[in-house]
Amino acid sequence: MFDNVWLIPLFPLIGFLINGLLGKKIKNETVIGGIASLAVFGSFIVSCKTFLGLISLPADKRVVDVKIFSWITAGNFNADIAFLIDPLSCLMILIVTGIGFLIHIYSIGYMHGEDGFYRFFAYLNLFIFSMLLLVLGNNLLLMFVGWEGVGLCSYLLIGYYFKKKSAGDAGKKAFVMNRVGDFGFLLGIFGLFWYLGQNHNVWTVQFTELSNSAHLLPTGGIVTFITLCFFLGATGKSAQIPLYTWLPDAMEGPTPVSALIHAATMVTAGVYMIGRMSYIFVRAPETMVVVAVVGACTALFAATIGTAQNDIKRVLAYSTVSQLGYMVLAMGVGAFTAGVFHLMTHAFFKACLFLGSGAVIHSMHGALHHVHSHDDAQDMRNMGGLKKYMPLTFLTFLIATIAIAGIPGFSGFFSKDEILWQAFANPLHGGLNTFLWAMGAVAAGLTAFYMFRLVFMTFFGETRIKAGAEKYLHESPMVIVIPLIVLAALSIVGGYVGIPKLIGDVFGGIPNYLEHYLHPVFANANAYMAAHAHTAHHSHALEWGLMGTSVVIALIGISIAAFLYLVNPTLPAKFTATFPGLHRAVYNKWYIDELYDFVIVNPCKTLGRFLWRGFDVVVIDGLVNGVAHVVMAFGGVVRYLQTGQVYSYAWTMAFGVVVIIGYYLFK
Amino acid sequence: MDISTIFFTIVSVVAVVSALLVVTCKNPINSALSLILTFFCLATFYAMLEAPFMAAIQVIVYAGAIMVLIVFTIMLLNIRADANKKSFHNVPLGIVVGIITLLTAGSFLARGKVSDLPGQITPNIIHQVGHTELIGAVMFTEFILPFEITSILLLAAIVGAVILAKRNLS
Amino acid sequence: MDNLSNYLILSAVLFSIGTIGVLVRRNIIVMFMCIELMLNAVNLTFVALSRHLGNLDGQVFVFFIMTVAAAEAAVGLAMFIAFFNNRESIDADDASLMKW
Repeated sequence: MFDNVWLIPLFPLIGFLINGLLGKKIKNETVIGGIASLAVFGSFIVSCKTFLGLISLPADKRVVDVKIFSWITAGNFNADIAFLIDPLSCLMILIVTGIGFLIHIYSIGYMHGEDGFYRFFAYLNLFIFSMLLLVLGNNLLLMFVGWEGVGLCSYLLIGYYFKKKSAGDAGKKAFVMNRVGDFGFLLGIFGLFWYLGQNHNVWTVQFTELSNSAHLLPTGGIVTFITLCFFLGATGKSAQIPLYTWLPDAMEGPTPVSALIHAATMVTAGVYMIGRMSYIFVRAPETMVVVAVVGACTALFAATIGTAQNDIKRVLAYSTVSQLGYMVLAMGVGAFTAGVFHLMTHAFFKACLFLGSGAVIHSMHGALHHVHSHDDAQDMRNMGGLKKYMPLTFLTFLIATIAIAGIPGFSGFFSKDEILWQAFANPLHGGLNTFLWAMGAVAAGLTAFYMFRLVFMTFFGETRIKAGAEKYLHESPMVIVIPLIVLAALSIVGGYVGIPKLIGDVFGGIPNYLEHYLHPVFANANAYMAAHAHTAHHSHALEWGLMGTSVVIALIGISIAAFLYLVNPTLPAKFTATFPGLHRAVYNKWYIDELYDFVIVNPCKTLGRFLWRGFDVVVIDGLVNGVAHVVMAFGGVVRYLQTGQVYSYAWTMAFGVVVIIGYYLFK
Repeated sequence: MDISTIFFTIVSVVAVVSALLVVTCKNPINSALSLILTFFCLATFYAMLEAPFMAAIQVIVYAGAIMVLIVFTIMLLNIRADANKKSFHNVPLGIVVGIITLLTAGSFLARGKVSDLPGQITPNIIHQVGHTELIGAVMFTEFILPFEITSILLLAAIVGAVILAKRNLS
Repeated sequence: MDNLSNYLILSAVLFSIGTIGVLVRRNIIVMFMCIELMLNAVNLTFVALSRHLGNLDGQVFVFFIMTVAAAEAAVGLAMFIAFFNNRESIDADDASLMKW
């Protein structure tokens, strides 16, 4: 049934090889972009087929291992190149290949005429390949290969404009910060493998086997350590506190990259990983607290920074960090389905937002270029009133914004509200729940505020672009607009697969499809939670009340944004002038980068310099050179034995013969 | 003292004297001619030792081919005894080492004991079958592999000689 | 065969003379001829012992030694010619480029 699964990652790999090896010779952009897009489309088709095959199975049979070939077998350790087909991985491959395909199409238009066009598509294909490995891998090791692969592609694509120093630096920053997380991930793998093997003789890194032997794990203790290590990996990849600072900088990459890698897919890998190992995480209550608190803090913290940024992509970047915080919060409160649900809806509307902002930047860039202006094409202070120049972009952008703000009827509402409700009502964290809910709700208000601030500054009001440039503003070509429309449509309807039971009941018992669909994946974790945590019962009135509250908060956020940026455009400046310190702190991202520089980077540099000048040069080089000098001195003495005269060798030989014969004679 | 012993004594004196001449003659041509004489003496010994085939190839290969090659080289390079240049060095030390070698070999012989068990190849068989045939039988059965390897060695030597003589090393 | 020891002694004498020749002569070709002399001394030992033991193996060895000597002569003399072309000399003491 799943014989063709190996084709899913194979297509992008072939696309990568073709474009990477031959792209320079092909030159024709349509061919290059076509090959890359077709490769991903092929994967998408096979993914759809796999998905249909999976849902045609009975619910309890929906976890299938497809072994391609044996990879590593050493002693007790065994890892295959094998794919795990279950509802979660199926959902992920659909998101990755589906949105990936749309973004490939979009990129053909967006990257038109760029240097290294083929390079871009080669990397993009490589990314899709790695991401598919990550989500399909049936063991931790293969997942780690994909994990590293997407990190590499992220680095390559952030530094795509490598002639710009800031782009190269951002790439390095992303790579190094991800390495910190990867280190945790690796430790987690080792720890889990070692613990289960040593104590229970279960030597495995395979997910299904881990799931089956999860009951062997104790609660807390070593499991807390292991899960914290895994979570460190997740904070790196999914840009959570403390490792989130690379993501805003990653906006140096081309906008499609930001949409695909730094919003829709790669950054959700950490969330995916926690979901994949939910049955281990629920056995570490302390870790769950940490996960929930980190998620909530990230959601709120990033949202505050997002309110004061002027770069359109940076706002979206902080918004992404904030939304990832929601997902992690969902994981931390044991609402795995809700987290994955938000992952999906977020992929739709955030990809749409990024691609929309890309269209705006593209248009702005062209217009500013025409009038030879060096104004920043990404700065919202230079935009304004773009609604009438780019109506389709505006419309799709608005839909996605409403979705992210959590207005009922749009996808973001369903997923975010589910997370907030679970944060309040989950059985795991007791008294902490209220705080978690409050932080999430405030972050939701802030989200609505900064997103509508972005919309108002960009599309409404008067056109602030340099005089004369506005006539060059235009709607983007169809290759750019069509993906936007598809994603906007998904942003609306995407939420209806996971309607909360409360609302579903009102409309005649519409089931929560997603929850049923994902049930086999999280059954293990849910069973454990049901057995070990006391489920509190909350009234429907309370649930309705909280839902209403979050909607009201969102509406308040939107109103403030409208009041400040539509009705009274001079007010923000006054506000800034009144609280200059606060504004500066928020605008400069609470000086977190500077703090890291001071606390971590500079001490490391100092240590490195000491090790270089002090240890390496003196001790290591001294040792190495010393050995060489000793050898040279010895050789200088011994070389006098070699006279280079033929007769002296003859003499030595004769002497040697006599000695040897003499030895045998007189021994 | 029978005739063979007298003959042996005469030939061995000639062999030793000509060998000494090889070492002492200043002119390489004279050395070469003395060496040929030594080789002939050795061929005589082989004949006396009931090994006529060895005697024949001693004359053909050594005294014939190899020595012709050496003489040819000496002629080609036009080397003469140069009065201004010393022909010898380290003579006393060389003689001492030579004598030590001789004494070592002598004591080796004095102490060593050779088996007295006669093998199958007696003079009678050699006379009946023929020495060449016996050698050939051994060479192409028991020693066929070394024999073939030797042919490769000769091929390598031919190629090496051609290349060395042809290339101008400067 | 009583005179086996005579042959062996003769062989030892010839070998020693050859050794002295290699050590004291400066002319490479004469040194080479002395080496041939040493080889022949060994050959004589082989043949004498082969006769004494009634076994032909020793004579086969002699055959191989002759082959090797022929190969040696071909290569060695070619080297001497090359050396002479370079140095205008066949004095072993002049072959001293390897000297420190």
